[in-house]
Amino acid sequence: MNTIIIDTERCKGCYLCIEACPKNCIEQNGRPNASGNYPVQFVLASECIACALCALVCPDVAITVFRHVKEAKTADTAMA
Amino acid sequence: MSKVIFERPRYLCDKVTHYCAGCTHGTAHRLVAEAIEHFGVGEKAVAVAPAGCSVMLYKYFDVDSVEAPHGRALAVGTGIKRARPDLFVFTYQGDGDLASIGLCETMHAANRGEGITVIYVNNAVYGMTGGQMAPTTLLGQRTTTTPAGRKHDNEGHPLKMAEMMATLEGVLYSERVALYDPKQIRRARKAIFHAFEVQTKHNGFGFVEVLSACPTNLHLSPVQSQKWVENEMCAAFPLGLYKDVTAKPPELPAATPEAEVNGVSQGTCHAV
Amino acid sequence: MGERGGKRVLEKGNVAMAEGAVQAGCRCYFGYPITPQNEVPEYLSKRLPEVGGVFLQAESEIASINMVLGAVSTGVRAMTSSSSPGISLMQEGISFLAGSQLPALIVNVQRCGPGLGGIKTTQGDYYQATRGGGHGDYRTLVLAPWSVQEMFDFPFLAFELAEKYRNPVLMLPDAVLGQMKDAVVMTPPGPIITYEKDYVLDGAKGRPARNIRSMYLEDDDQELLNYALRTKYEIMEANEQRHEETETDDAEVVIVAYGTAARLALSAMQQAREEGLRVGLFRPVTLWPFPAKALRALARRVKRFLVVEMNLGQMVDDVRAVLGPEVEVDFFGRPGGGMPTPREILAHLHGRGVDKGNEWADKVDAAVDHYVWWREGVLQPREVSPVGHKGVADE
Repeated sequence: MNTIIIDTERCKGCYLCIEACPKNCIEQNGRPNASGNYPVQFVLASECIACALCALVCPDVAITVFRHVKEAKTADTAMA
Repeated sequence: MSKVIFERPRYLCDKVTHYCAGCTHGTAHRLVAEAIEHFGVGEKAVAVAPAGCSVMLYKYFDVDSVEAPHGRALAVGTGIKRARPDLFVFTYQGDGDLASIGLCETMHAANRGEGITVIYVNNAVYGMTGGQMAPTTLLGQRTTTTPAGRKHDNEGHPLKMAEMMATLEGVLYSERVALYDPKQIRRARKAIFHAFEVQTKHNGFGFVEVLSACPTNLHLSPVQSQKWVENEMCAAFPLGLYKDVTAKPPELPAATPEAEVNGVSQGTCHAV
Repeated sequence: MGERGGKRVLEKGNVAMAEGAVQAGCRCYFGYPITPQNEVPEYLSKRLPEVGGVFLQAESEIASINMVLGAVSTGVRAMTSSSSPGISLMQEGISFLAGSQLPALIVNVQRCGPGLGGIKTTQGDYYQATRGGGHGDYRTLVLAPWSVQEMFDFPFLAFELAEKYRNPVLMLPDAVLGQMKDAVVMTPPGPIITYEKDYVLDGAKGRPARNIRSMYLEDDDQELLNYALRTKYEIMEANEQRHEETETDDAEVVIVAYGTAARLALSAMQQAREEGLRVGLFRPVTLWPFPAKALRALARRVKRFLVVEMNLGQMVDDVRAVLGPEVEVDFFGRPGGGMPTPREILAHLHGRGVDKGNEWADKVDAAVDHYVWWREGVLQPREVSPVGHKGVADE
């Protein structure tokens, strides 16, 4: 499945990613991080198309994007 | 199985920046870090930091860096590049630094055609000092020093640097981009990459003006401030390519000894 | 003045200094034209390319000093030169060099001020040079040549000390020393000494990225940096005081003077000795650190000093601070392009003022009348309303 990992401690809660996501996969998290910001969280993972627009607009480079690939050609490139 | 299609670039340090939420300095930093990696200049790059919000860029870029006095980044950059032409030199400056106090150094370094890449972040306001008028503040825009809005008959007009740069013969490349949506960010990335190439390939002066949002001093939400850049700033500062003489090889005058001696040091890039 | 191998040639001080800098390894010069130091950039614009160096005429003195800052960040020996108004413009950059602990040579061929002033000689920038000059708690090491030979020699010492202490070094000649032609031996005075530079920005290859800065915002970092700088300056004060004494062994009176004023004082000293007055000369070579130890030692047997400067009295403050109230310290100086003549100095050595004749006294009186025209109550205070942007009282 496609997925994104959000570094919630890096997130400052600007929500530009929420605006950018075409599939509404990101929303505000109700719990503040250590800096007192309300970060975003990844929801609706099944809808994610790994377009990486969220990561592209994130000024804090807090999002890593993974795209699902059908067949892994080599084992050593596999990601957890 | 899945593969990483977007991750933190190598030359962006693993630190939380001091920038406000929604400030697009972070985005510009990432694009520059990607360009450093792409062009393989990480081990010969020297960044020149301005005074302003990006004064602490030494914390964020994993390359050598020096802090210049306010406005003098391109004089400092000139000194570095002249002393060590093999190094890759870039300045990262805001509108106050580059277009107000440092306008003289900016124009002259550009006019000499120094082999320096300039990333100029224009957010129409003084961010670090708390929202005063910038040389690029829009007409009518309220700041802490233009409480009734900027008036051209008192404070003059917003300075259009990308256009001004394009008029100088020493400048090989000048473009204005923005960061308000994914499409613009992709264009900005391309422009920053090209400005890097202008130095790596042509040893020339490349200039990218990046329209950026300062939600804190615009008193807008991060999302609203991006809209403001799109609708208000882009109207005053039209996006686009203003000059690129690397696209086609410049026609050189018939080489005479005098022409070579008197020509700019980046002789092959001299536009005629 | 200097006995060593090499041909003696007749050369201008400015050119000798520029050639000395090149032979001392200076490979980058950035500067902006200003009289009376234009021979420096003119000479270096030809000379530096010959040795593979960089000469660049900058758009201003502000740009010059910041180009120097960039160049020395890469580890090369770099310098700029200017004259008083231009040096004022460079002060922010010199402060940055001091705060960033970078070595550089800055030469101030002084001309008279204040303001645009004139192009005649002066020593009016002593305070500026010895007190840092720009903002913040810092010092620059200041070398004061008094001959064309020292104009040539001091760049060697200046670059060595700049690199040893990672600190900007100033040379403080004046218009006369820059313009004067004299016999000079233009071969290196000794081996060229350099020091390891672990701050150099040359690309983070095989090492962590480096940063050169003077801004420290976190915690007590800025205060701590200042204490570290203080320790450095204390070491410089302990190790780098330089001076020269002439015929002080039997002196009853010692003239304290540097640079061109010391040359004039030397003539006065020689005349005084012919007249039977035992006069010596104490010449500070470093103005900062001021040669306090040697002057204090001299004051154990000399009870009268005459400070001669080409200003209204600047170094005299340091002399008085060093010697204390027990020692008689007189002062004679002429500002604004005036040069103390040996005859005038001699008169002060004899403890009497100079009688320049009524004509001069009348001129001074006339100038005071002209420039200080409000002094006798001509200008009456007038109360105005604080309201109204032109400060005009209510209608």
